[in-house]
Amino acid sequence: MDVMILLIAFSLLVAGGFLIAFLWAVKNGQFDDKYTPSVRILFDDKSQIDRKLVSKENQI
Amino acid sequence: MLAPVLQSKISEKVTCFHCGLECENKEISIGEKYFCCNGCKTVYEIIEANNLCNYYSIDEKPGKTQKQNIKRNFDFLDDEDVNAKLIDFTNGKRTTVTFQIPQMHCSSCIWILENLYKFNSGITNSQVNFLKKTLSLNYTEELTSLKEVVEQLDSIGYLPQLNLESGLSNHQNETNKKLYYKIGIAGFCFGNIMLLSFPEYLSFVDSNTGNLKQIFAFVNIVLSLPVFFYSASEYFISAIKGLRKKLVNIDVPISVGIIALFGRSLFEIISGTGAGYLDSLAALIFFLLTGKLFQSKTYEALNFERNYTSYFPIAVTHKRLDKETTIPIEKLKVGMKIIVKSNELIPADSVLISSEANIDYGFVTGESEAVRKINGDIIYSGGKQVGGEIELEVIKEISQSYLTQLWNNKAFKKDFDSPLNSIVNVVSKYFTAAIFVIASSAFLFWAFTNAGLAINAFTAVLIIACPCALALSTPFTLGNTLRIFGKNKFYIKNVEVIEKLAAINNIVFDKTGTITESGKSQIEYSGNELSDIDNKLISSLVKNSSHPFSRALLQFLNSEETEKCEDFIEIPGEGLQAVIDNKKIKIGSRNFVSVGNNSFPNKSGSTVFYSIEGKIKGYFRVTNLYRNGLKDIGAALSKNYSVSVVTGDNRGEEANLKKYFPEGTDFLFNQLPQEKLEYILSLQNQNKKVLMIGDGLNDAGALKQSEVGISISEDVNNFSPACDGILESNSFIKLKDFISFSKTSKKIIIISFIISFLYNLAGLSFAVQGTLSPVIAAILMPVSSISVVLFATLSTNLIAKKRGLI
Repeated sequence: MDVMILLIAFSLLVAGGFLIAFLWAVKNGQFDDKYTPSVRILFDDKSQIDRKLVSKENQI
Repeated sequence: MLAPVLQSKISEKVTCFHCGLECENKEISIGEKYFCCNGCKTVYEIIEANNLCNYYSIDEKPGKTQKQNIKRNFDFLDDEDVNAKLIDFTNGKRTTVTFQIPQMHCSSCIWILENLYKFNSGITNSQVNFLKKTLSLNYTEELTSLKEVVEQLDSIGYLPQLNLESGLSNHQNETNKKLYYKIGIAGFCFGNIMLLSFPEYLSFVDSNTGNLKQIFAFVNIVLSLPVFFYSASEYFISAIKGLRKKLVNIDVPISVGIIALFGRSLFEIISGTGAGYLDSLAALIFFLLTGKLFQSKTYEALNFERNYTSYFPIAVTHKRLDKETTIPIEKLKVGMKIIVKSNELIPADSVLISSEANIDYGFVTGESEAVRKINGDIIYSGGKQVGGEIELEVIKEISQSYLTQLWNNKAFKKDFDSPLNSIVNVVSKYFTAAIFVIASSAFLFWAFTNAGLAINAFTAVLIIACPCALALSTPFTLGNTLRIFGKNKFYIKNVEVIEKLAAINNIVFDKTGTITESGKSQIEYSGNELSDIDNKLISSLVKNSSHPFSRALLQFLNSEETEKCEDFIEIPGEGLQAVIDNKKIKIGSRNFVSVGNNSFPNKSGSTVFYSIEGKIKGYFRVTNLYRNGLKDIGAALSKNYSVSVVTGDNRGEEANLKKYFPEGTDFLFNQLPQEKLEYILSLQNQNKKVLMIGDGLNDAGALKQSEVGISISEDVNNFSPACDGILESNSFIKLKDFISFSKTSKKIIIISFIISFLYNLAGLSFAVQGTLSPVIAAILMPVSSISVVLFATLSTNLIAKKRGLI
């Protein structure tokens, strides 16, 4: 039954990874605006410039 | 004799290509595209010139009309102090700035605003947050400036709000993020602890499991630490804060329950006597935080905390030694000379230096009629100059001026943490007392026979009585009510407003703009019967004038034919005259028209007389247009509440008002903003709970002082003063339903309380006997919580549907 302990440890590790991903997403502002991206993705425009710059500098 | 000229009627209606408004004629056009005004045409030309006509294909007619547009001067944005206040960040080369743009309303708006870099190469990129109606953009200082960016936005019809509101939303954002973290962690731990507790639930026993169970229990302890110390921390803080103020709020029994759960579980696991209740602990906190998230729904684009700084310009033109410079408004001192341009607001009480001015106090009084002032007159702050620019000398500091004084009132310094007599806090006081009585009696009962069992029973009572379901019923009921109100265009600041709304017993209305339609008026005719011929003559006369009154009159008369005028004269501020059909016709003010005797009575409002061949025949009067359904609302509300109407206007409308409100309604006239506030205060001193319904800055004090202040707005994204709720004017008719629904919500909360008490009773029967097993706790807690949540949301939805609110 020692294999159980390994399984538990591994499952916690995987779940913990998802938790960290969630916390990172919140911190990064991915839940700040839940509407605009849904519209933006439908625009037929290829020449979008790096948007990350805005969100990064906003955090400063 | 002149032949009647038949006016050619526009056979087909055309709408503006830019904004979709109906065009009066086809005069303004580019090819097959027609525009309602030159402003819209200009915007189209700019967009077209930059090859961005995609704007018009994403959404049909996405623009906002530019009819009211005036030329604005943004020179003040070159001032460094002003600049520094508006921008978020700069390193001297690249600057980031965030604007509020209330005009944003569709996908096309997002598209054009995110393509700003095509208009101005200095703008590197821009990003919209549609729900907050903000635009963040970066620009290169070398290539462009803040002023140019703002001018660019204004030129395509998206003038940002330029004021110095503090970064309130940022703070809000941070607290919201924290809640997400806490829920994420609590949810993660809850799931894992439950998984690891499963063997315990099933009482699974075989030769190998003993050791494993022990390990699982210790893993559970590790998992529960972040829940206890991080996710649950706000309940402890709130409980301590409450106790310091000698208040037993709902967080006190919750905290006691959490500590009992955690302490007992630690003891059981470490001593090896049991599995503990850590799964219930994590579940409890997860549910509670979810409830908090549900009730924290906010309308991000709306601002409920505005004061006069949101209305005032951020800079003024200062005149010194015949040189004009722009200075930030807070540098304005007594004795300075300032220039106020057309349509600008007068920031501080001043003396007029120019020879004359036309000041519109619509902002303060709600009545927009320009008042003529002459050299040496004192002009109070809050007025708007109409016409050319004027020169003023400031005589009072901004904060001490007539209008802004209102904000020095203590109503605006109210403690926001003031204890709320929320129903849940009233209940929790007795609830906590009862729990301690039961727990101690159980302890005493067992203490003499079995000490271990006594402690067991004592902690079990505290655990099972932890008012999870009780604490969830309020956020879910009120959170859902808030959403239902939102669907009906009634946006409230937070859920506490609903409880306050349920308790009111006195309603105070403002008049202008609140119970009357703002910007709309109706024309009444009194005098000799208006014959068809007179009708035609007057129409022919006013057709030649562009004065708003003439326009309105022309529409009112609705004459099909008009004749040619001869010797037409328009005297501004007085009236019109001409000869039509060889008859001399005059229309205008009393003095202009009358030849001496004028038997018509003096009435309030704008009155225009008309005479034919020197004989006064009658007059037209512009009166307020009361909102649709006002009569029903007045009658219905008067049944259950005392109703008053306070207005800055004179008594002229009294007779009219009485038609809408039944006997017993109090009418107060000539009320200054300060007096409105004092009136509310006097009602409150009679122990009345007041609901104030107003619209403008002149009601700001009263809105703030009242228990619930609701501001009515034609467009909720427009400025409205600090208030508890913003009601879109179309939903005014539902006001009665909102109040009664908030009362219903309160009843639903009480029923949910009873349900959760029943669960508590069932749990307590196990607890006092000392037989509460972790499995029972783990089942009872979620079941009670979920059933209360379901009851609260379903019943509010059902009732709302029945009453036509969904």
